[in-house]
Amino acid sequence: MTGALLPLAVAVPLLAAAVLTVLREPALPRRVILLGTSALSLGFGVLLVVASWDGGIVSHNVGLWPNGISIPFVGDMFGALMIVVTSLLTLVCSAFAIAAGDEERRFFAPLVLVLAAGVNGALLTADLFNLFVFIEVMLLPSYGLLAMLTGIRGVRAGRLYVAMNLLTSTVFLAGVGLVYGVTGTVNLGELAGLAAESELVATAVAVVLIALSVKAAVVPVHGWLARTYPYASPAVTALFSGLHTKVAIYAIYRVYAVVFEGDSTYLWIGVVAMGVTMVVGVLGAVGENTTRSILAFHMISQIGYILLGVALFGPLGLTAGIFYLLHHMVVKASLFLSTGAVEVTYGTNRLDRLGGVARTEPLLAAAFLGAALSLAGMPPFSGFVAKLTLVRAAFDEGQVAVAVVAVAVSLLTLMSMLKIWGGVFWGRSPEDVAGHHLERHPRGALLTRVRPALVLPALVLTGVTLGVGIGAQGLLVLAEQAAAGLLDTSGYIEAVIGR
Amino acid sequence: MTLAISVGLLVAGGVYLVVQRGMVRITFGFVLLGHAVNLLLVSGGGAFRREAPLMSETDASVAADPLPQAFVLTAIVIAFAITVYMLTLAGVGKRDDDTRGGPAVSGEKDEEKA
Repeated sequence: MTGALLPLAVAVPLLAAAVLTVLREPALPRRVILLGTSALSLGFGVLLVVASWDGGIVSHNVGLWPNGISIPFVGDMFGALMIVVTSLLTLVCSAFAIAAGDEERRFFAPLVLVLAAGVNGALLTADLFNLFVFIEVMLLPSYGLLAMLTGIRGVRAGRLYVAMNLLTSTVFLAGVGLVYGVTGTVNLGELAGLAAESELVATAVAVVLIALSVKAAVVPVHGWLARTYPYASPAVTALFSGLHTKVAIYAIYRVYAVVFEGDSTYLWIGVVAMGVTMVVGVLGAVGENTTRSILAFHMISQIGYILLGVALFGPLGLTAGIFYLLHHMVVKASLFLSTGAVEVTYGTNRLDRLGGVARTEPLLAAAFLGAALSLAGMPPFSGFVAKLTLVRAAFDEGQVAVAVVAVAVSLLTLMSMLKIWGGVFWGRSPEDVAGHHLERHPRGALLTRVRPALVLPALVLTGVTLGVGIGAQGLLVLAEQAAAGLLDTSGYIEAVIGR
Repeated sequence: MTLAISVGLLVAGGVYLVVQRGMVRITFGFVLLGHAVNLLLVSGGGAFRREAPLMSETDASVAADPLPQAFVLTAIVIAFAITVYMLTLAGVGKRDDDTRGGPAVSGEKDEEKA
């Protein structure tokens, strides 16, 4: 694959978004363009994985400007794997949004495509300032998507979300300014290793990393996530859960690996923060009583696991972290979509107003149960391999305490998943609870059924986690190669600055 | 030194406004914070060279660094777009721009459409 194709990963979704802004009707071509562009992006990601097999790196300087002053795009194995999974999630969540009716809303499709363009750009750029720009490109449509679909609650959540993200972006930009002030460059290739040599650079880059940690919702700066995600529409929550925090996590991995070269001086901070994140996230979920607020707190907990990979560093730690990241994106979206299907059909996500869904919707229940077990780390799903590799890495690095925390938190995760299972899928159907208006068959079955188009997206993603769990070796090899690219950054640097 | 003091003053004012309750004040706070960071970016390029950075016209030793200026230009455009959107969010919904209680208050008339 030639490097000149890389900017297309940003340009094509942007162009498609522009077309959809003008051509809103009829619905069929609009949906074809929305799903088709996501599918193209998925195909592009697969091609990039093939091209970066065994350490291959594809790079391009936009406008053929010389190295160092151009806008660089670089695709390696880590970025390619992320593009595959983020595109898959955009595709599946868009399909869910079409089934749920969200996509009928004006500008929904173009906003999703701009979001996808920003994500692709952030994953491919090798420049801190362009990273800022692409994260903004990703966030601006999100502000709209969050606020426009759920009435006044969406607006209130939107106010909080915009304020939080703008503050973080401002800190990020200040960090970029400081980095430029002390080094004279914001190109990742030229910054390589500088933070490990100079404490001044390390401080400046730390400002950038702190801003990224807020966007990734690491404890103690996690409060915004649990207060905003549950108030978007189900499709949008699933989309955000797979893309936003995960792009920030990707950037933390990339920046720490390249600019700090994995300097072990600061890793203890990460190990402590991630241990606390795991525990606080899972405990926060205990007091919640709606499906999505429970899942949102679990996301915070799982972010601790993912970033533990970079805090452990080393080949096994990074492999485990990357594997966990990819697995988690799929599983979390699956959980949001299966509970979202219930919410769209029955109009509520409160545990005390739901029940007995498994009786009428065995497929949806299976999709939820599979993803929930995967999240908790049960075989044969991908979560088992992810947790096992991570705990092994923690033992290898001598971080026994955090390994014990990781295992203990898994049990609490399972407990919370069982709480959703018991509240929504198991037990008696909701007629036994006061204040609902669902029609029922005389023998107890619900007459309101979840449409197959709403079940399918979650089922597909649960199928992916099962497939990855059974054939884990395949993804582990890819994750190992991605980790190797982060451990030895010489190939990446050469691709960025050409020497 | 002037730059450092300006950045400090803008950040102080910005932070004061951002921690207020009303959305309009928060928006103004972000305008101030945005200016502070823009000045920080410009000072990152060094304030000692002031000439217009035109390749053939200006000697490189006195020309200002154009890259931070390009950064600031991009940042201003993004900040402007978000400011407009934040003011929109302050204006829609009920006749308030309150951020207190936030979305977590579910007992109120949530069904009211924006």
